[in-house]
Amino acid sequence: MSATYYPHVPEDAPRSAEAPEADVRSGFIVYGIGLFLAVLLTATSFWVTNTSLIWAPGVPLGLAALAVAQMGVHLVFFLHVTTGPDKTNIVLALAFGLLIVFVVMAGSLWIMTNLHDNMMPSMGAAHADMQQ
Amino acid sequence: MSVAVTVAGIQPEEPIRTSEAGPAPKRIVVAYGFWIFLLSDIVMFSALFAAYAVLVRATAGGPAGPALFSQTSVAIETACLLISSYTCGLMTLAITARRRLGTYIGAAVTFVLGAIFLGLEIHEFADMIARGAAPQRSAFLSAFFALVGCHGLHVTMGLLWLAVMMAQVAIKGFAANVLRRLFCFALFWHALDIIWVALFTVVYLMGVRS
Repeated sequence: MSATYYPHVPEDAPRSAEAPEADVRSGFIVYGIGLFLAVLLTATSFWVTNTSLIWAPGVPLGLAALAVAQMGVHLVFFLHVTTGPDKTNIVLALAFGLLIVFVVMAGSLWIMTNLHDNMMPSMGAAHADMQQ
Repeated sequence: MSVAVTVAGIQPEEPIRTSEAGPAPKRIVVAYGFWIFLLSDIVMFSALFAAYAVLVRATAGGPAGPALFSQTSVAIETACLLISSYTCGLMTLAITARRRLGTYIGAAVTFVLGAIFLGLEIHEFADMIARGAAPQRSAFLSAFFALVGCHGLHVTMGLLWLAVMMAQVAIKGFAANVLRRLFCFALFWHALDIIWVALFTVVYLMGVRS
């Protein structure tokens, strides 16, 4: 049906000369905010690794939270993944990709930890020998 | 067909819905296809991350993370890649404004920072291998070299791509197909930085502690 209205692919309209100026200025601010937040989160990650102020067993979880936050910052400010109507497909594809990433990582760790825990002591020794 | 014509005839003022606006412009389709590729790349990296996480204790009596990783070098690498991601963004802005000089400067800074990152990483690998921590030493080191090496390979490809793109800008100017490739490159470079965030956290920062 749509072919009735638009039988041809719309052209990539070349942008006019004066329009991009506002785009560039706002883009400058967006990348600046992104860089600031990313530097802040990275510096915090390195600080968390080396500080003794934080309860040691909690550090990996803190690092993971900081990393996820920074990946979010990169997605929004550098890759411009937003909730705008033109980004619906991109966000849905991203959500599906994250699902697969979660299944692969959580599934592998779960299964391999379980195997490791259920291994008989003699088998464990054989396994250790095999690794050497 | 006739139904569509009738509907259009009755309500000519109704705004065109997105589904009726015809096929999306090539710029959008290409960006979406490349986004799907990037996600598949991230899924591949997740498998390497999973392998690394499973094998991180399987050092087989060989050297482990705390003895191998240098936080200073990782901090410099991280800074290089982060700033190169930023300058890549600035290059995109220069392209949007169709400024050749800005594009070349942005690309040059991005390239140099990426090359510094790669040089540090190669130096780190060579140092590890010289100290007997080669990929064949233990399952942990195999997983480490597979994961970090795969990212390094992506950075190498990105640098080659960037050099080719600059040659295309020099020869063809800001043609529509060159612009599409440039924006795909920017997506690729930003995605590499995202993978590096996961990498330096999981491998290096968690590695130096355990």
